[in-house]
Amino acid sequence: MASDALLFYSFAAVTVIGALLVVSQKNPVYSVLSLILSFFGLAGLYVLLEAPFVAVVQIIIYAGAIMVLFLFTVMLLNVPREDAAEWDRSHPLYRPMALRIGAVLAVLLALELGWALSRTPGLGVGVGDAHPAQSSVAELGRVLFTDYMFAFEVTSILIIASMVGAVVLARKREE
Amino acid sequence: MPIGHYLVLSGLLFAIGTAGVFLRKNLITLLLSIEIMLNAVNLAFVAFGRQLGTNDGQIITFFVMTVAAAEAAVGLALVIALFRHRESLNPEAFTSLKW
Repeated sequence: MASDALLFYSFAAVTVIGALLVVSQKNPVYSVLSLILSFFGLAGLYVLLEAPFVAVVQIIIYAGAIMVLFLFTVMLLNVPREDAAEWDRSHPLYRPMALRIGAVLAVLLALELGWALSRTPGLGVGVGDAHPAQSSVAELGRVLFTDYMFAFEVTSILIIASMVGAVVLARKREE
Repeated sequence: MPIGHYLVLSGLLFAIGTAGVFLRKNLITLLLSIEIMLNAVNLAFVAFGRQLGTNDGQIITFFVMTVAAAEAAVGLALVIALFRHRESLNPEAFTSLKW
């Protein structure tokens, strides 16, 4: 159990640090690479949650395909870094009134969330204590192609629509 | 691990993603922040699915990933089209519907 907690906290730290780096980096290429780091942490957490297939899909689809698409776009556009002077002039963090109101709202939200969490029963129960692990890929496939058949088919329409949309939008207009 | 830990981590990731959407002035980083938020929700789904002993949490995670892929494809195509017009990725450069 102790090693379980250690693994959880290290994966959680990798995930959160990766996400913070995404938001704080000025160069988009570093942002994309930090997000891949964060996804590897998430994949570790999925393994801890006895969902190894989701973990593998997370690495292959998210880190492998979607992030490569992002990286490709960043390099295709030769994206400029965010200008430091521009950042100082118009950044929301430099508007004192907005900063104060936002800070009050954020503290209120955090207090409410903490209060709600402290009143919710069953949060201290171990995540896998009540039920045995159900991580079989065969079972996942059976559920996906029986109970969720309709959603699965609709997904194919969504993908076709997004594919056509991407091609139409990114095409150069012939004058 | 208690499920509360996973939920707090998920909330923390979602907050980081939201902060990214509000604080950054770069369309690519905005899209990346949205991906962080989607992943935070995925983590909560898988944790609840494990807690309740069902596969539904993992299944919906696949659907969220599909939607994220579609969103990334269309979003990046839009970013490319916008960049061709204005040579900028600052959202404040795009304030008119037509030019």
